[in-house]
Amino acid sequence: MADAPKTPPAKPQAGGRAASKKELPDHFKPYKHVWVFVEQERGQVHPVSWELLGEGRKLADKLDVDLAAVVLGPEGAETQHVVAEAFNYGADLAYLVADPLLRDYRNEPYTKAMTDLVNTYQPEILLLGATTLGRDLAGSVATTLKTGLTADSTELDVDDDKSLAATRPTFGGSLLCTIYTLNYRPQMATVRPRVMPMPERVERPVGKVITHPLGLVEGDIVTKVLDFLPARDSATSNLAYADVVVAGGMGLGSPENFQLVKQLATTLGAEYGCSRPLVQKGWVPSDRQIGQTGKTIRPKLYIAAGISGAIQHRVEVEGSDLIVAINTDKNAPIFDFAHVGLVADAIKLLPALTEAFRRRLSPHNRDKLAS
Amino acid sequence: MHIVVCIKQVPDSAQIRVHPVTNTIMRQGVPTIINPYDLFAVEEALRLRDTHGGEVTVLTMGPPSAEDSLRRVLSFGVDRAVLLTDRFFAGSDTLATTYALATAIKKIGETFGAPDIVFTGKQTIDGDTAQVGPGIAKRLDLRQLTYISKIDSVDTDAKEIVVERRSEAGVQVLKSQLPVLVAMLEGTNDLRRGTLEEAIAAARAEVVRWSAADAGIEDMQKCGLRGSPTIVKKVFAPSARSEKAAFIETEDQVPAEALIDEIFKRQPALEDDLAALASGY
Repeated sequence: MADAPKTPPAKPQAGGRAASKKELPDHFKPYKHVWVFVEQERGQVHPVSWELLGEGRKLADKLDVDLAAVVLGPEGAETQHVVAEAFNYGADLAYLVADPLLRDYRNEPYTKAMTDLVNTYQPEILLLGATTLGRDLAGSVATTLKTGLTADSTELDVDDDKSLAATRPTFGGSLLCTIYTLNYRPQMATVRPRVMPMPERVERPVGKVITHPLGLVEGDIVTKVLDFLPARDSATSNLAYADVVVAGGMGLGSPENFQLVKQLATTLGAEYGCSRPLVQKGWVPSDRQIGQTGKTIRPKLYIAAGISGAIQHRVEVEGSDLIVAINTDKNAPIFDFAHVGLVADAIKLLPALTEAFRRRLSPHNRDKLAS
Repeated sequence: MHIVVCIKQVPDSAQIRVHPVTNTIMRQGVPTIINPYDLFAVEEALRLRDTHGGEVTVLTMGPPSAEDSLRRVLSFGVDRAVLLTDRFFAGSDTLATTYALATAIKKIGETFGAPDIVFTGKQTIDGDTAQVGPGIAKRLDLRQLTYISKIDSVDTDAKEIVVERRSEAGVQVLKSQLPVLVAMLEGTNDLRRGTLEEAIAAARAEVVRWSAADAGIEDMQKCGLRGSPTIVKKVFAPSARSEKAAFIETEDQVPAEALIDEIFKRQPALEDDLAALASGY
């Protein structure tokens, strides 16, 4: 900075944060085990929680520690069912705070429940989904505990000295960085839905459940829920979990041509999406954006039409089983990570593709081919 | 009513390029903008002030050049701008950032009147963490309302606020008690253009410039790199996949059929899945 500091200048630090590794303070040494927050709203578990249990299982096995699910919710069958499901997705044990005050998500009681659990049972790693609920809660919990929190991780690992290495996009998604929380516990990270694969669900008996009191009464909580309006158009939120996704980018040239993407998606019973510039230009609503500030997808088939494939797009679609890229520029970066490439003008190809798919998939043709 | 809005000057991430050979960020010539989400917070604050009276103070932490962003919001008609700038803040992660901002907001409260609402944007487009709002709220012991799509009402006498909060499952209507921290969603309002008088006044207006010491920050160990529990160990470009895309080569001008053949060859099960999905046809 150019202005004259009013306080004496600090000694220059060599090597930035990477040089500041120290011995873990003694009071953090007992911190052990991997925890995953199992997020539910009105009895519906967000699938990112199971994805995180799958990833947490791998970390716990590497560290040779237990994997625990943290379930916060109202008392009753709904919450008990969530606990049971957590075991089916690989948890060794569960920490449960069941209280009527936890029916709807509110920051105050959820933060208290989570920080009390952490302070009492001392996990070394705590993972949450990067959802509206998970991000709201994680920020409060990490600040209360004065520990590090890595947002929107795309990769988690344990390095040689058993520290959590959380990798996430940086600089607007153009590069990746690996972040550590070396001298504080727990090491916290949020992970976006669909970044991690869904683990296999295996029926298991309910294991050890450790219950903990909330220790609050309604009068302690300032924020009240006056109403809840369920999302009417659930289709808009299905993009992340769709089996087939068709998306368009700037190569389409005009907002009218984006209709070609929608038509192919409709024919395939697929969800449609777009790259960031189309949202910024106002051609497509932001809930359809795929990429770092939009959604992560893992469909069986992803068709990208006229998308050049910047790194922030790449990291959010790489989990797709089959990536088909259509672009006029044979040097477009999307061909570096697509499985099938087609150097073609999407504006011409999309209508032909829609028509060809319609023919191939029509029941009449299929019956004829089968007979 | 006193409203404090936190904004951030960020590089226009759409303009960032990575050097093709060295894989390093090319920062030269990248223009800076006000974090787009923060503009919705600024507008919401101005609307509330216009309805209920009072003042809007905008706070930013950053290099001296961040003053440009403050002059811009002054031209929209905010009442006061505070620039928190000190080399001790360099390298701050979100925990260290919230310590500095929360301390500065406390100082703003002592100097210009305690805030009833602290606004932030949903997140920044450079860090994308969405952690700074919750962090400030926790440090100042404010209720936090994030992902707010609408402010239904503010009752300054009863000190009550009613908001709509968007989540994946739907919309919560929440009532809370002032003072609160509100993190605004995008697309919630349209930012006003300032009047010519406001633009002229903004150019002449004084921007309050505070160092860490001016803002009342006592513990430098909680600032910058030293105060940051997270450590960035390495920055890298994702490695190229060894296998490049298999290109469809055909004489056909519009090789739709060839592409479908290739898709079903690689994913045979997809044909039945798609037929089921598309069974409306």
